[in-house]
Amino acid sequence: MTFTAPVLDYALLAPILIVLAGALVGVLIEAFVRSSVRATAQLFVAVATIVIAFAQLMRVRNQASTTAAMSSLTFDGAGVLFMASILVIALISIFLIADQDNFTAAAAAVPGSLEEREAHQARVRTTEVFPLTLFAVAGMLLFPLASDLITLFVALEMLSLPLYLMAGLSRYRRLASQEAALKYFLLGAFSSAFFLFGAAFLYGYSSSVTFAGIQAAVTGGSGNDVFLLLGIAFVSVGLLFKVGAFPFHAWSPDVYQGAPTPVTAFMAAATKVAAFGAILRIFYVAFANAEWEWRPAVILIAIATMLFGSLVAIAQKDVKRMLAYSSIAHAGFLLAGVIALSKSGLDASIFYLFAYGVATVGGFAIVTLVRDSAGEVTDLNRWSGLGKRSPLVAGTFAFFLLAFAGIPMTSGFIGKFSIFSAAYQSGSVATLIAGVLSSAIAAFFYIRVIVLMFFKDPVEDGTSVVIPSALTSTTIAISAVVTLVLGIFPAPLINFIASTAVFLR
Amino acid sequence: MSTSSSLVYLIALPLFGAAALLLGGRRTDKWGHFLATAMSASAFGVGLYQLSQMLARPTEERAVTQKLFSWIAVGNFNIDAALLLDQLSICFVLLITGVGTLIHIYSISYMAHDENRRRFFAYLNLFIAAMLLLVLGNSYLNLYVGWEGVGLASYLLIGFWNQKPAYATASKKAFVMNRVGDMGLSFAIMIAFATLGTTTFAGIADVAPRASEGALTAIGIMLVVAAAGKSAQFPLQAWLGDAMAGPTPVSALIHAATMVTAGVYLIVRSHFIFDLAPTAQLVVVIVGAITLIFGALIGTAKDDIKKALAASTMSQIGYMILAAGLGPVGYAFAIMHLLTHGFFKASMFLGAGSVMHGMNDEVNMRKFGNLRKFMPITFVTFGFGYLAIIGVPPFAGFYSKDAIIETAFNAGGLKGILLGGAALLGAAITAFYMSRVMILTFTSKARWDDEAHPHESPALMWVPIAILSFGSIASGFLFTRGHALVNWLEPIVGGHEGNHEEFLAPMVVSALALTAVAIGVAIALMKYQFADVAPVAPVDVSALTRLVRNDLGQDAFNEAVFMRPGIALTELAQKADESVVDGAVRGVGRLATGSGSVLRRSQTGFARSYAAFILIGAVILIAGIWVVTQ
Repeated sequence: MTFTAPVLDYALLAPILIVLAGALVGVLIEAFVRSSVRATAQLFVAVATIVIAFAQLMRVRNQASTTAAMSSLTFDGAGVLFMASILVIALISIFLIADQDNFTAAAAAVPGSLEEREAHQARVRTTEVFPLTLFAVAGMLLFPLASDLITLFVALEMLSLPLYLMAGLSRYRRLASQEAALKYFLLGAFSSAFFLFGAAFLYGYSSSVTFAGIQAAVTGGSGNDVFLLLGIAFVSVGLLFKVGAFPFHAWSPDVYQGAPTPVTAFMAAATKVAAFGAILRIFYVAFANAEWEWRPAVILIAIATMLFGSLVAIAQKDVKRMLAYSSIAHAGFLLAGVIALSKSGLDASIFYLFAYGVATVGGFAIVTLVRDSAGEVTDLNRWSGLGKRSPLVAGTFAFFLLAFAGIPMTSGFIGKFSIFSAAYQSGSVATLIAGVLSSAIAAFFYIRVIVLMFFKDPVEDGTSVVIPSALTSTTIAISAVVTLVLGIFPAPLINFIASTAVFLR
Repeated sequence: MSTSSSLVYLIALPLFGAAALLLGGRRTDKWGHFLATAMSASAFGVGLYQLSQMLARPTEERAVTQKLFSWIAVGNFNIDAALLLDQLSICFVLLITGVGTLIHIYSISYMAHDENRRRFFAYLNLFIAAMLLLVLGNSYLNLYVGWEGVGLASYLLIGFWNQKPAYATASKKAFVMNRVGDMGLSFAIMIAFATLGTTTFAGIADVAPRASEGALTAIGIMLVVAAAGKSAQFPLQAWLGDAMAGPTPVSALIHAATMVTAGVYLIVRSHFIFDLAPTAQLVVVIVGAITLIFGALIGTAKDDIKKALAASTMSQIGYMILAAGLGPVGYAFAIMHLLTHGFFKASMFLGAGSVMHGMNDEVNMRKFGNLRKFMPITFVTFGFGYLAIIGVPPFAGFYSKDAIIETAFNAGGLKGILLGGAALLGAAITAFYMSRVMILTFTSKARWDDEAHPHESPALMWVPIAILSFGSIASGFLFTRGHALVNWLEPIVGGHEGNHEEFLAPMVVSALALTAVAIGVAIALMKYQFADVAPVAPVDVSALTRLVRNDLGQDAFNEAVFMRPGIALTELAQKADESVVDGAVRGVGRLATGSGSVLRRSQTGFARSYAAFILIGAVILIAGIWVVTQ
């Protein structure tokens, strides 16, 4: 048996490798750098890593290749856009994560134990979160490029494992945080099993694990259709779990609420981009010609997800849970772009993902600011009258909510408009109707929060808005400006996406 | 048509001034008024430069345009934000910036003790910019932006002293009544776009001859509604009297010389529509004739000097509208009267301001008298304005008003006699009430309170007045010399080519007009100069006087015709909104909340039930795909 050394195009892989290298440097910093400067060093390394990776990505953005890593990855226009979005979102999330007040000092200690108290008193900081974030980012960058099922699975686990840990790092309400981490892990493992099961069926169907091979088998039509059906269904379960689509959503409210808010922001925004990148690639490339099999089912899931997310969000009394359900509803809207199965659907999805991701980080960043002595206040009743005490913070939050609701002058409007029109052009009127209907329902609970903040009297219970650190302010400012600019002058980005976004087959 | 790249500065300069003063806040307090005045004066400079350029070009190439940017581009619906400067708009540009600059200078002194002087100048600059946009827009849509802009500036300035509830109410009244007119303009634009497919002046002028007369009549009538709102013409005239709540320079600039004449501009600019829609034209002359009598009658009963002048403004604009409704023969005279009126009315308003300045802000003329001794300059300049408005030769008003009366008589038949008669009657009443103002204020016996110490105003105030009164002396003569203005405007609005039957010889008309004026002046002299004037308005007066004092019932009319039905309608709408719309919304909301709460129970918190969801979901998914594919 001869062994052929793999040929790798390191320039194209560099963005991912740089992030991995940065993560490893971060691990070394944990081991060797003094604790007093560790946080600063970690932040510096993390930011530098992401910026360098982004620069390298921009350098090679016009090169396209299916063989950058022996046809396990496809480096193409759409992939570049997904990676760029992930890096931008990761950067502004890192700023939030750097605000260490949200993280426990001793993640391994039993909540409420003496050990924990001592760690807090010694002002120990959980700087491990930086390398963990970078590992997750590396997995996310890999996820939408993966073009065989094995690489896809590796990337899925690579982005998930650090997130399971990060979800458990909250400083306040640690039991809830640990519960969230464990739930996320268990259900993630469960859905991974579905994914692997589906991958096995697809291999059985096509004798190949690459997307190109599966596509060829579908086009040839020689395989066993039952295997294809089971394969598509099970692989979809694994991927839809990650984006939190109904009925695979159940983990997300608990995890969003339990995880430290900066991690929630990162998870909600970046994971969605990565996972939808992967979903779009596999459905647009591998399953494109089996459209008649999966499209009705995905339409059904999309409609159910939109309606379920919007309806349940109304009944929420906790701001983080409300945003979790809102993110479920948005997953439904994004599935409309998958259903469209067209160039305009792809363009719209990429725009939507970026716009929504940025606004989400901004929204959660504001949640970190509203506090009392026991940490963040997420009970919505205690947000009432916030607009009277802190008009700027409440106004910015209201702006993000309007963006989520898709009100004109925000990026959310452009995103929703383009994704629904793409779905409509592809002939799915039902998606359009459900989308508009659930947008209306969603607007109800977003605007209810705005009314609560601005037209109700403040409650006097120690809830206050902390002065944001420079890093958090940067995150909020960038998010708000991007959301506004994309709402008013979306044309440059839309044109850029339209000219860049293609899936190389 | 040639283009010019400097038109935009006309608007940009004052706009910059307004922005700098409003955004700069208190730190511009010290020099803000100078900046605003400089911006207005620079715009005047640009206007003069444009005029010199225009004069250097042959007649048919005098109009210039400048495209600013592509404003709306949807499919084949393309609208540019573009400016057009032609012989008609240059008249306005110079009037607005020229009179505007003088009034800026006057206000430096007049508003010196007001702590919000900076804001006042910011609004003045905003007004200049908006008004210039109004007269420079090359389409109805661009005009509309300026139209709303001057409405805003007017609203802000009428309510400038909004700490007094009555003033705030006055500004609101002006705003609301202007909305009615604005609605007319927007309807006109919509009808024009729907039937003619364009909103530019050139485009409409092009296609109008091929359009149906019905459409043109509809556009024309809507334009009259717009003009009536902005120019305080019957039946939308009631706001102008209350608008005098604003500082006097504002009354002079906005509510006498410029903004209120925008309606005349609109009609003259739309000549290509009115020339082809005789019915709309008839509406124009009727509105003009009614208002000129109506305003003059109100003027006879006003004791407030500013309100008397406001009534006269209304009446004089009635003359302009009347002339504009008489077709190509009248347009140039409408504009001429507009320009001369701009001079003499502005100078009189500033004179009134000067009187108020010297009399502790008293406006009641019954408390004035014999002020010519104490304010000689104000008396003389005001006197020139007075002679101009009543139409004594050789002052400006004589030329312009005489031309209108003559044109009205020449309209022919019964229409001509009625219109000419109305104009003549108006001239007599004008002579009466303006003499009354003059006598009560300056020449009758002093009737002031003891604490009044009348004195002449500082030079910063009287110099602008003096310059303006030069206009009220000479402008009429200059405009008519060799038909200067008529020939100047001819390429835009059409000429006097038709050989109209002259109903009365020009000399006869002049003689009639002067007789009417003499009668009016004589009655005023008898009633006020040679008889004692009560310092308090007598109450035991005839029913007619009472009616006129109540502004001929204009407020009662508005209340009965617009306000009460309007309130009833809104109440009905509110009830419908509460029971039907809100009911439906609440129902849907309750349904959504209810189903949300039910669905929420699925979130048990147990990982095992979540896993079960996933399993059930997967099974359903497979079943679904199976069903679809089989």
